Amino acid sequence: MSAISPAVPLAPSRTTGRPLVERPVIKAHFIAAFVFFFASLFSGLFFALQFSRIYPFPGVELLSPGRLRMIHTNGIAYGFLMNAFIALMYWIVPRVTGQPVLSRKLSWFVFWVWQAIVGVAAIGILGGRAQGIEWGETPTFVDPFVLIGGAFLAANIATPILKVRDKPLYVTLWYFSAMLVWLPLTYAMGNFVPQYFVPGAGGAAITGLFIHDLVGLTVTPLGWGMMYYLVPVILKKPIWSHTLSLAGFWGLAFFYPLNGVHHFFWSPIPMYAQYGAVMSTIAVEIVVFTVIVNFFMTLRGRGDALRTELPIRWFFSGMAMYFLTCLQCAFQATLTVQKVIHFSDWVVGHAHLVMFGVFGSWILGATVYVWPKVTARGWWSERLNYWNWWLSTLGILVMFFDLMAAGLVQGYLWQNLAPWEQSLIASMPFWHIRTISGIAIITGQLLQAFNMWMTARSAAPESALGAASQPALV
Amino acid sequence: MEKLKYILFFAGLCCFALAGILSAVLPVAHLSRIPYQKLEQLVTAPSYEFLDLAQRYPDQMSKYYGQADAASFRDALRLGRDTYIAEACWHCHSQFVRPVSNEDLRFGKVSWAGEYMNEMFLPHLFGTRRVGPDLIRESGRHGNDWHAAHFYNPSLVVPTSVMPRYSWFFDGELPNKRGLAMIAYVQWLGSWATPEALAQQERSHAAK
Repeated sequence: MSAISPAVPLAPSRTTGRPLVERPVIKAHFIAAFVFFFASLFSGLFFALQFSRIYPFPGVELLSPGRLRMIHTNGIAYGFLMNAFIALMYWIVPRVTGQPVLSRKLSWFVFWVWQAIVGVAAIGILGGRAQGIEWGETPTFVDPFVLIGGAFLAANIATPILKVRDKPLYVTLWYFSAMLVWLPLTYAMGNFVPQYFVPGAGGAAITGLFIHDLVGLTVTPLGWGMMYYLVPVILKKPIWSHTLSLAGFWGLAFFYPLNGVHHFFWSPIPMYAQYGAVMSTIAVEIVVFTVIVNFFMTLRGRGDALRTELPIRWFFSGMAMYFLTCLQCAFQATLTVQKVIHFSDWVVGHAHLVMFGVFGSWILGATVYVWPKVTARGWWSERLNYWNWWLSTLGILVMFFDLMAAGLVQGYLWQNLAPWEQSLIASMPFWHIRTISGIAIITGQLLQAFNMWMTARSAAPESALGAASQPALV
Repeated sequence: MEKLKYILFFAGLCCFALAGILSAVLPVAHLSRIPYQKLEQLVTAPSYEFLDLAQRYPDQMSKYYGQADAASFRDALRLGRDTYIAEACWHCHSQFVRPVSNEDLRFGKVSWAGEYMNEMFLPHLFGTRRVGPDLIRESGRHGNDWHAAHFYNPSLVVPTSVMPRYSWFFDGELPNKRGLAMIAYVQWLGSWATPEALAQQERSHAAK
């Protein structure tokens, strides 16, 4: 069973003599992730203030709310999530394979290329060069470089995975390696095909596929892969069912990409594609339940960890919200429910619950676990970490239920042919509450970042001196 | 099945391709029977609203577009579309009318695939959110004056509006190149769904 046990001994690699994990690279990716996280969070806050009619920079072209809205979503996808997941892959893959990534220089090269891509994309969007593809607003001149950066990243991370020849791969590596194939395919499809080749409804089908694949074939496999490694390691027990995790993998690969058209129900896309998207979306919920069941069964008997291990608590709240999102998704992706909720804030609430409530929570849990290890210091303040958990969890739940209710109000007012202004007036209280819940989330992240900063700056404990050249303990 | 090459091949490529074929290639092939039109084929004369802009803002129009003819109208439409994308208008305004939820009563004729098979919907601008109303039947719904005031400061004409101001569409208080383009573009959206065109469409459907 050693093949499926993530606890590989962590001696420096025999073949290269290099340390197994390059901690400065991981640290740098975490820092970049939080820098872009704040860029995204504040963009979202300002956009929310526009809805409350108290926008702080009215009439400033470069800070137009519409442009900041694109910074918000793209910053989360390419700046926050990708940086954090790259850091976690650099942490996890060498541990599971027993091999370091291809090269330290390449790691730094990928790091700077990726930050340049996200930075230039943000400047391009603010400068009015955005592309008209949802979640692909990265300007067209940036798109080829994303693919090049992705190829270098894949070469770096696939090398240790390819060296595992003699034994079955642990499921985490299935997800990571499949993601390395999916990311460039998805990105190229979504950014080039509807932009240059396929107009109208056909293009919409492809962008729907792109939006969904970016969530399902990039963010989701990274998140699931990370969970399948970190949860057993932190709880010091194997996952409940290896078979179920593999079933989940194949279910993800098969059903998830079939869902794309559900972003454009009742549009002029041929109806057979829409019916197919309804059925496969409901099938995905079954797939997602494999992960949820596996997590909760692994946690079974270790409920005390929810009090004592903050990362597990983050994973738990993320998983609970995952259950909520996916249950919601099975209903909202039916044509009947779509009549009311499509185009409304319901969908916005759903997106926030998935991206922040689930994947954000998992990444923050992983941050709580990994950051002390990459800095070789204990947390400066445990209490601040708990504060962030409360602020973020309550903040996102308030935001979710608030936007869900707002969506129903909007959807029914539209259906009832009330004057359009009526839906704005009715939305106002919900939008104010959304702004406040967002401020709670941002406050939590500010505490988290301050804590990370103070932890990294604090004096190294005696026992950890000289540890920088040694791989950290699991 | 636990070998890496199988994972990469079946999950990484085959499943991706299957989904692409079923939910993208098939609909795209289906829709490709509708002929694709370049803007030059689609728009052969300036719209009423574009000519009206030339009368309301003669100096601004001649400065930025010269003669108000088909060619300058096409330039304005392209710039308007690009500005619509750059300002992320499509994140708060959709461009398709659904056949449900009384949308045909609110906005007009339900969208059909054929009206999107042209250069102006490459990329498509369906949108996924409505903070403001759908725009695909916007043509002629308001006057050019209304649009100019609305872009300048939406609250002037819609007191409850949450739309941002676009003061950079204006030289002082007169629409500049982008402002004129935006008005021309929004006034063009749905201009093809005239009663005559729809009746013609009905007849050709019946003939089939």
